Amino acid sequence: MGGWLRLVAARVGFSAFVALAAAFFALPMLWLVFAPFDPTPTLAARPAGPTLANFRDVFQNPLVLTSLRNSVLLALYAMVLVVAAATLAAYALSRVHLPGRDLLLYVLLLFSSVVSGTAAMVPLFLLVFELGLINTYLGVTLVLTGGLLPAAIFILKDFTDTTPTSYEESARVFGASPFQILRDIVVPLVRPGMAVIAVWSIVNVWGNFLIPFILLRDPDLAPASVVTYSFYTEGGQADLRLLSAFSLLYSVPVVVMYLFVQRRYGFRFYGGIKR
Amino acid sequence: MPTTSPAPAEAPGGDAQPPRGEPGAAAVLGRPAAGAFVAPALLLIAAFLVFPALWTLYLGLTDYRLTGAAAVNPSFVGLDNYTQALSDPQFRNSLVVTALFVFGSAVIGQTFLGFALAWTMRDWRSPLRSVVEVLVIVAWILPGSVVAFLWIAFLDGQSGTLNALLGGVDTEWLLETPLLAVIVFNTWRGTAFSMLLYGAALSAVPPSHLETARLAGASAFQQLRDVVLPTIRGHILTSLLLISLWTFNDFTPYLLTRGGPNFRTDVLPVFIFRNAISSGQLGYGAAISTVVLGVNLVIALFYLRLLRERT
Repeated sequence: MGGWLRLVAARVGFSAFVALAAAFFALPMLWLVFAPFDPTPTLAARPAGPTLANFRDVFQNPLVLTSLRNSVLLALYAMVLVVAAATLAAYALSRVHLPGRDLLLYVLLLFSSVVSGTAAMVPLFLLVFELGLINTYLGVTLVLTGGLLPAAIFILKDFTDTTPTSYEESARVFGASPFQILRDIVVPLVRPGMAVIAVWSIVNVWGNFLIPFILLRDPDLAPASVVTYSFYTEGGQADLRLLSAFSLLYSVPVVVMYLFVQRRYGFRFYGGIKR
Repeated sequence: MPTTSPAPAEAPGGDAQPPRGEPGAAAVLGRPAAGAFVAPALLLIAAFLVFPALWTLYLGLTDYRLTGAAAVNPSFVGLDNYTQALSDPQFRNSLVVTALFVFGSAVIGQTFLGFALAWTMRDWRSPLRSVVEVLVIVAWILPGSVVAFLWIAFLDGQSGTLNALLGGVDTEWLLETPLLAVIVFNTWRGTAFSMLLYGAALSAVPPSHLETARLAGASAFQQLRDVVLPTIRGHILTSLLLISLWTFNDFTPYLLTRGGPNFRTDVLPVFIFRNAISSGQLGYGAAISTVVLGVNLVIALFYLRLLRERT
C-alpha cells in the first residue's frame, strides 16, 4: 500500500513540476502569440480579434521594412564571409599539418571564448571608428565575422576531417589546382557542415543587438534588433500594434531556421563563444 | 543570442594525433596553398578579435576620451584607471550586482532548472515532452530585444500577465525587485542550454548501473546522488563554466532595465557601456573591460583544461 501511495505521490509531483515549468516558459510568450492579432493590444496577454490589421500597418511603415531589410543584408554579408573564410581555413587545416597548428587552434578557441562583444566594446568601437567604418555595414560585418570565425572553423574542421582524401589525390594527379579541388570535390562533400555554419551565422547576426547598436548611429541603417528596442524605449508611449506585429515578423525566421537545423542535423554540442 | 554558442565538442589540441588521411595529405594540398587558404580567416580573426583584446590592455592605461582634449592626444596614466575603479562606489556596486546576477541566474537558476527538467523528463515518452522542450528552446532562440519586451509586458504593474495571475496586485516588479526580475528573466532565457546538455549527459548514463542501484533498493534521490552525479560530473562543470562565462558577458539586462533603477541592475557590461560609450570615458571603460577579459580568461582556461582531461 505504501509503495502504491508513493508511486501516486511521485506521479503527482512529476506532473505538477512539469506543468509549472511549462507555464513558466510559456506565459511570457503568450503576449507574442495574442497581441499581434489584437485590434487594440495592451500589455496584457489576452486573446482578441483576430485581425491582420497590425501587419498591414507594419508593411506600410518604411522604418520597419528598412530595418528588416537591413537585418537580412547584415546576416547575408556576415554569413557569406564566415562560410567562405571558414571553409578555406578548415580545409587547409585539416589537410596540411602546418607547424603549430594545434596550438593555433587552441589559442583561437581561447580568444573566441574570452573576447566577447561586451568585453571588447571599447577597442572594437575605436577600431571601427579609426578605420572610418562607423555607420557602415562593412564595419559591423567585419566585427561580427571576426567573432564567429574561430568557432565556425572548428565546427567545419570536424566535417572536413572525416571526408576521404582519395578523390582529392586523384584530382591532383590529373593536374587540378588546389582551388578546383576545393570547389569541385571538397565543397560538395562538406556541404551539410557549411549549411550548419551558414544558419548558425545568420541566427547569430539576426539577434545581435550590441554591435550594430554601437557601430551604427544612423537610424536608417539600424537592423531589426535595434529598431525593436527603440520602439519601446524612445518616443514616449510604444505603439503596441506596430511593436507586436513587428516582433512576431522579426522572430519567426530564427525560430524556423533553428527548428530546420535541429530536425535536419540534430542537436550537437558545441560549447564556446557567445557575443 | 545563445543559440549561438559553438566551440568544439572535442579537445582542440595539444596531444597531436594525426587526423585521418594525413600521410597522403601533402600530395593533396601544398603548404603555400594551405597558407593562402588559411590567411583570410586568420587576418580577420587577428584584426577583429585578437588585436582588440590586446589593445584593451593598452587603452586601459590611458585617459582616452571620446571627445575633448584627451580624444586628440591621450596620455599614458599608468594604473590611474584601476585606482579610480577601486574607489568608485558605482564600480563596487556593479561587481556585487554582477556576482549576484551570475550566481542567481546561471549557477542556481539555469543549472538547477535545466537539470531538473532533464532529470524529470528523462524517461517520459509523451508528445507533451517535445512541447515542453520546444517552449524552453524557443525562449532561448528568440531575439534578445524581443524577449526583453515580452518580459517588460509580462512584469508590467498595471496590466502585466504576472500580476493578473496573482489576482490583481499592482507590483511594479522591474522597479521594486529589479535584480530578482532580471535574474528570473535570464533563467528563463538560458535554461535551454543546461537542459539540452544534461539531457544528452543523462542519456549516456548506462541504464544497467541505474538498474543495479534500483534492485539494491536505492531511492530516486540515492540513484541521483550515487550513480548519476558522479557519471556526469564533467558535464556539470562544463555547463557551469560556459553559462557563467556567457552570463557574465551578457548585455541583455540593459534591454530590460538599462542598469536601473538607481543602478540596481548595473551589471559590468552595462557599466562599461555607460562609462565608455555613453559618457565617452574610453580609457576607464577599457580598464574595466580588462578586468572582464581577465575573469573570462580564468574561466576559459578552466574550461579548456576540462576538455583536454575528458579526451
